[in-house]
Amino acid sequence: MTALIFFIFAGIAVFCGVSLVVQRHPIASALSLIGVMGSLAVLYLQLGGEFIAAAQMIVYAGAIMVLFVFVIMLLNAGAEGPSIGGSNLAKYLGIFLLAAFLGVISFIIQAMLPPTEGISFGAWRGGTALEIGRKLFTTYLLPFEVTSVLILIAILGAIVLARKEI
Amino acid sequence: MIHNPVPMSWYLILSAILFGLGVAGFIYRRNIITVFMSIELMLNAVNLTFITFSYKLKQVDGHIFSFFVMVVAAAEAAVGLAIILTVFKNRETLMIDDVSSMKY
Amino acid sequence: MALWLIPIFPFIGFLLNGLFGRRLPKAMINLFAIGSVFLSFLWAVRVLLGLGALETKYVEHYFTWIQSGNLNISIDFAVDRLTAVMLMVVTGVGLLIHIYSIGYMSDEGGYYRFFAYLNLFMFFMLVLVLAQNFLLLFVGWEGVGLCSYLLIGFYFLEQYATNAGNKAFIVNRIGDFGFSLAVFLIVRQFGSLDFTKVFDAAKTMPVESGAGILTVISLLLLVGATGKSAQIPLYVWLPDAMAGPTPVSALIHAATMVTAGVYMTARSAALFTHAPIAMDSVAVIGLATAFFAATIGLAQTDIKKVFAYSTVSQLGYMFLGAGVGAFSAGIFHLMTHAFFKALLFLGAGAVIHGLHGEQDLRQMGGLFKHMRITAITLLCASVAISGFPFTSGFFSKDAILVAAYERAPWMYWVGVLTAGMTAFYVFRAWFLAFTGEYRGHAHPHESPLVMTGPLMLLALLSLGGGFINIPHWLEPMFAEKPENQVLAWTSAGVGLLGIALAYLFYVARPGLADSVASSMSGLYKLIYNKYFVDEFYSATVVQPVVDGSRTVLWRGLDAGVIDGLVNGVGIRSRGVGRILRLLQSGNIRSYAAWVVLGSIAVLLAIGLAGGAR
Repeated sequence: MTALIFFIFAGIAVFCGVSLVVQRHPIASALSLIGVMGSLAVLYLQLGGEFIAAAQMIVYAGAIMVLFVFVIMLLNAGAEGPSIGGSNLAKYLGIFLLAAFLGVISFIIQAMLPPTEGISFGAWRGGTALEIGRKLFTTYLLPFEVTSVLILIAILGAIVLARKEI
Repeated sequence: MIHNPVPMSWYLILSAILFGLGVAGFIYRRNIITVFMSIELMLNAVNLTFITFSYKLKQVDGHIFSFFVMVVAAAEAAVGLAIILTVFKNRETLMIDDVSSMKY
Repeated sequence: MALWLIPIFPFIGFLLNGLFGRRLPKAMINLFAIGSVFLSFLWAVRVLLGLGALETKYVEHYFTWIQSGNLNISIDFAVDRLTAVMLMVVTGVGLLIHIYSIGYMSDEGGYYRFFAYLNLFMFFMLVLVLAQNFLLLFVGWEGVGLCSYLLIGFYFLEQYATNAGNKAFIVNRIGDFGFSLAVFLIVRQFGSLDFTKVFDAAKTMPVESGAGILTVISLLLLVGATGKSAQIPLYVWLPDAMAGPTPVSALIHAATMVTAGVYMTARSAALFTHAPIAMDSVAVIGLATAFFAATIGLAQTDIKKVFAYSTVSQLGYMFLGAGVGAFSAGIFHLMTHAFFKALLFLGAGAVIHGLHGEQDLRQMGGLFKHMRITAITLLCASVAISGFPFTSGFFSKDAILVAAYERAPWMYWVGVLTAGMTAFYVFRAWFLAFTGEYRGHAHPHESPLVMTGPLMLLALLSLGGGFINIPHWLEPMFAEKPENQVLAWTSAGVGLLGIALAYLFYVARPGLADSVASSMSGLYKLIYNKYFVDEFYSATVVQPVVDGSRTVLWRGLDAGVIDGLVNGVGIRSRGVGRILRLLQSGNIRSYAAWVVLGSIAVLLAIGLAGGAR
């Protein structure tokens, strides 16, 4: 069961990832990214990260991607034109090299981790909001506070940059 | 329904694949917004790795790190999109090849 | 006893005059300068009276200067009988010359600077004389060389004066190089530079028959002495040093600095007496220099140059005395020479001052009636240097010549011939200046008391100084040589013959000199041009060094290699920069590509280095 869910949603994630890279229109890429995020949220759930899964859907897919979509629509970004220049040889060589690179990485990872230790849904229940909250407000209090300042700065930056008179 | 465990390496391989796709999009695409989205894809892949290892080590610290990555990605997206808006207002184009006046 | 006060007084005078002299009135400059030397003289007298007979050396230890491994060099001053003689000569004659300078330099610019340098010179000379180890002596040695350079080039706006100063310093440097090598060898051989330690150790060593370590050390010390005391081959700076003011010539280049070489040789007698080859070298060089310089002095027309070559010649006598073992005779002649040579120079200065700068003997004449005191005092000096019976020069010169006869009779005869020449050229100068008709165009006048006073005092010392029995006083240190009346009176007789010849040539038959000169014109030209030694040195040593420096060191090394390296660094940086800036293409995608490549490289590096385990 775990494996089945994993394969389904991993497949969706990879498919959407490829589609993001390949699609011409930015809106299509944005929707593909939402697909990736959704499938990743399911995978997080499998790994016991319920809080993170929820946060991923709410914050990432729900807010950030919406922002992206808004901007795309605001700028009226059209489909990308045909690629100028760039040899076909480079394109196919790049894809091949990427595949080879990933193959090597996979092999290494396989060799490193013991296959006996596997992941099954529900084996670890440590990613609850309780646990995260406990850690966040004790051990990681300082980064938490700094992050709030970071968000403040980002807000200021966004407002200043998007003003009319620039 | 069999609850056989999934080897952990598979999650990491998936993460690697997504990261590689993100890099490919980052280099290959010309539209600024698409490049940005490839960056977000890379961040997501990294998040997956964090959560996986958090499971392995049976500690919640990986979740917290992933949480912070998300926060930073949000801030980055906000500011980055604001910059893209400004560039669009000045250059009337979203193709990064045309924004190349910082030549030597 | 506070021996350190003796040199400190002039040093304080130097500081006061040097730092504040520009704003002080002349009276205060005089007070500081003369007062400091006078205090030094008084303190030296007090010290010597307090120490009494000085059977043993009196040493004062101040502090350790250098301590390196086994080598221990400290600042010590010491007084023994030899130092006593030198102290009296340096402070006494120095004081008289300081007083004289008040009058001589009264209308010169840089008045305070002159006295500051003069005081500094006294300080260094006293350090040299009081030093108890070779290194401290070398400090004084170098210091007087420095002051000599400063004072020779006193009229620094004149090219020939600065050239003369450079020449003096550079030629001295060559001698100092020999001295330094000797000091190194002494350290290596004896492990110390202290006089007592070194000489006591040297006395236990056997007398060397061949060229042993003591010979080498002594010969190197001799090289240093030839530089400082103007012997062959390093005498060439002394005649040119006459470019400085006349009191400088009197003090430094007659009475004190040039005698430092003789003093050093006498001080190191223990080393020299154990190295017969070095002793003979000293004697031969001294004798050769005496003869050689006397021949040049015969034909010079500048009054100061005549006396300069005379100084070189008399220094040769002192070295002859030291070389044949009569160290006390050499020191005796050092003292008497200080008296009459200082008097000769000061008198010449009075003449030059009275003629408002004229130095050429051919433009003088008949000055006796204008400057009686100067003429009479100069006459006293001339008879003293000629060895007229019972003058100071008679006693000292004969002590040397008698000892030379004992060593080798031919040395005696050459020395006697030189004495004759000495008498001749000194009286030639006197007759040309003071007798006959005045050939010049100025208005000669007598000098003020502040100048004639020291002249008179020095005249008394020149005549009567011989009765201070220095060889007897120095008996415990250097064995006295027996007297020989026949030899003494023979040399006196030759001196009188020289005076008579000068009278003949320049008073009785005035044209005789010129006719003799034109009949032996080749020889005359040779002597008149100082045997072309300066030209020879210039062609063989100076020009090659200058040319070599210019082409090899300057153009080749400095401009080519060093500048090339330094400029090359800049050029390379710019070249590298020119290549690196091609990275800035402005194309964002290329930047992205570089980022990816870089991150792959980093990952590979981490992976190859063992991974982040």
